[in-house]
Amino acid sequence: MSYVTPMAKRKGLKLFGSPNEIFLIIAIAVLSLVIGFSNPVFFSIATPFDLVRSSLIEILFAFGLLLVLVSGGIDISFPIVGIFAGYTSVVIMQTYGLDTYSLWIPLVLAAIVGAILGSINALLIAGFGLPTLIATLGTAGMFRGFLLTYVGSAFLANIPLGLDQFATADLISIETSGGTLARLHVLVIPVLILAVAIAFLMRRTMFGRTIFAIGGSEESARRMGMNVRWAKAQLYILVGTLSGVAGVLFISLQRKADPYDLAGTELEIIAAVVLGGASIMGGYGTVTGTILGVLLINLIKDNLILLGVDGAWQRAAIGLMLLIGVCSQAISDKRRLKQAVTVSEEKS
Amino acid sequence: MFGTQGISKAFGGAKALTDVSFTVSPGDVHCLAGENGSGKSTLIKIMSGVETPDSGLILLGEERLKALTPRDAVAKGVQVIFQDFSLIPNLSVAENISLSTSVLEKRRFSNPKRNREIAATALDLIGVDIDLDATVQSIPVSSKQLVAIARALTQGVKLLFMDEATTALTRKEIDHLFGVVNNLKERGVATVFVSHKLDEVQEIAQTITILRNGALAAEGKMKDFDRRAISMAMTGSDVTEVRLAPEVPKDSPSVLTVDSLSARGQFKNISFDVKAGEILGITGLLGSGRSEIAEALFGMGQISSGSVSVKGKEVKLSGPKAAVDAGIGYVPQDRLTQGLFLNQSILKNVMASAITDFTGPLGIVKSASMMETITGWISDLRIKTDNPQNVATSLSGGNQQRVVLAKWLAMSPSVLILNGPTVGVDIGSKREILEIIRQKALEGMAVIIVSDDIPEIVQIANRVIVIHQGESAAELQASEISEARLYKELAA
Repeated sequence: MSYVTPMAKRKGLKLFGSPNEIFLIIAIAVLSLVIGFSNPVFFSIATPFDLVRSSLIEILFAFGLLLVLVSGGIDISFPIVGIFAGYTSVVIMQTYGLDTYSLWIPLVLAAIVGAILGSINALLIAGFGLPTLIATLGTAGMFRGFLLTYVGSAFLANIPLGLDQFATADLISIETSGGTLARLHVLVIPVLILAVAIAFLMRRTMFGRTIFAIGGSEESARRMGMNVRWAKAQLYILVGTLSGVAGVLFISLQRKADPYDLAGTELEIIAAVVLGGASIMGGYGTVTGTILGVLLINLIKDNLILLGVDGAWQRAAIGLMLLIGVCSQAISDKRRLKQAVTVSEEKS
Repeated sequence: MFGTQGISKAFGGAKALTDVSFTVSPGDVHCLAGENGSGKSTLIKIMSGVETPDSGLILLGEERLKALTPRDAVAKGVQVIFQDFSLIPNLSVAENISLSTSVLEKRRFSNPKRNREIAATALDLIGVDIDLDATVQSIPVSSKQLVAIARALTQGVKLLFMDEATTALTRKEIDHLFGVVNNLKERGVATVFVSHKLDEVQEIAQTITILRNGALAAEGKMKDFDRRAISMAMTGSDVTEVRLAPEVPKDSPSVLTVDSLSARGQFKNISFDVKAGEILGITGLLGSGRSEIAEALFGMGQISSGSVSVKGKEVKLSGPKAAVDAGIGYVPQDRLTQGLFLNQSILKNVMASAITDFTGPLGIVKSASMMETITGWISDLRIKTDNPQNVATSLSGGNQQRVVLAKWLAMSPSVLILNGPTVGVDIGSKREILEIIRQKALEGMAVIIVSDDIPEIVQIANRVIVIHQGESAAELQASEISEARLYKELAA
């Protein structure tokens, strides 16, 4: 009694089954060629470097969202958690006159603030069992109001020296033929390390497997003896912390702290993670896919103008990408279900 | 020795179990039978530590315990395989088998190599070969069950409860499952099949315990019980399986005529006609195409050729609405997803198909006359509810099925197709449902019953068509219908 499963049979040929890594790589390559041929300025070493720079922060946020989606939830409060944590750490440092060259102080402060905000989400979702969409929609509004009322609503042009200096910390800088500098930011290294760490967390730790199990069937996970509540609580605190760090790094790269920033970015990050193959129903998602999803979204966002498309269409394009991602998932789910049925009938 | 000694348990004022004792020896295969609501689930919950008994003792090996926690139960070797198997669909077979072990050992890391080893060992023990890397959602139901059994083995199972284990399986898969259970038996595992149906489990069990209304109704060696004795113990009354098939008048007109109906890849060249007052049985193994034929006749399939006429007029079955307009009613197999609006009231459910008969000008519903009809149906079909405004989920399985039936009877179709009308319904209700169907046939309705429940077909049908790989393999007239003959035709 041995079955060749449809999944195994189709392993080599999943191009059109689900929006996976190969498909994304092809999409990115084709799109790059199209943009490049319509505007040769695109074919420059500066282009990939800029793309990476504009994607780094989003990748950090996307990692957190990836974990949430895999667990079968959704988080729309992470951009506000990020800017809340980042802005608050800048305000704290200025209030106490900590205008140092240290990068660690703002990072740790933002991580702590992010963890506190994340634990409020954790309390609502793991503690009271609220649906994740409603819980994070509520906290997003609450955090924003609290930030603007009690922490500050002023645009801060001067940020602590450490953060300011980090904005220009380059790993590589090459002089291009045009005489400008093409720069690859050093943050790419820690982000890559974090990518490996998150992949390890998801694949090889019991916490990661529990998250996948909850996304697949929460009730079964509970019956297998997993502590579902505790895993969810840890998850939302972790995501809060990650968002906090991403928020302060965002402020660093922007070299300004504006509490109104990042609002609305949840749309493009959700679109990127879903395009990257994470299932909105939970249970599926990869780090590689997520990174490729963010790169694709940013490639479109940054280069629509080069293609002669009006900038106003940016958000429409991103919304469309989200819908494409969700639709292709629905189609491949349907196909998978059909295949499972045929297999069980072939046997009888 | 495993089992209970004088267990009682009440929820609020309702007594779920009264002084129930049963025992199973290691290596025994036991059948725990009883109708829905007889206390089987409560007994499983007590044995697996989910519920605490009010009085009595739980016997686990040498130990006599007053209560048990779920963790204790697992540690002492009690495992339950629920009907839904409690597996995680998106994870691999290997992980589904091994993760419980990792959780129990409080591991922090998950080692794929070790997971595969644990899984391979467990599957080896029961002698099955399933792709370890396949996700559980991609494997067939029967394999899922085996994965659940393998997982139970990794937990050092000594007493294994299997809840309605054979309901979703084909005959071949059941034989395989029994092979696995025999294997467990040799390892000294006590297996308890829990069922509300008189089914295949009788073949493999040596001992049986029958519950009725939370109390012990009968127990003993399986070989001392025949089907009738079991059903008597379960229902408390002598529900003999007499032939219920109504006599069809000779001059009865043909109502439904099906002429060489085919659907690509599902069935071909199906022809039959059904007279007014006749009950036609269509049977076949799972996957033979019997359900597809029923669905096609209700306009839910792709018909590639052939014709269907109702009362001599050809009908184009483009969808369920066309079928309803032609006077065809359909009671689907899966009443929960296809037949009922679970969160709507019983009233609204019954009226759903006949609502147009109760609407006046401007589409306004005449509630008074509707209320009158519904009350009539509820008493006719003996639906047990104190208020037709209650939601459908408040009813038991048998009563839900009657609501689905009432819904179609309310529109008085000329042809009624029932697909597995008594699946998941207990014996007492089953008898009553069959009586209702018989009554409707006597009143002149043409009825088609699609079912793989052979005793049921034998009881109710005037004529039986056996479907084999999408084709009509045999047609039996009233005088030829018997269980032995039908089993023979099915196996052919």
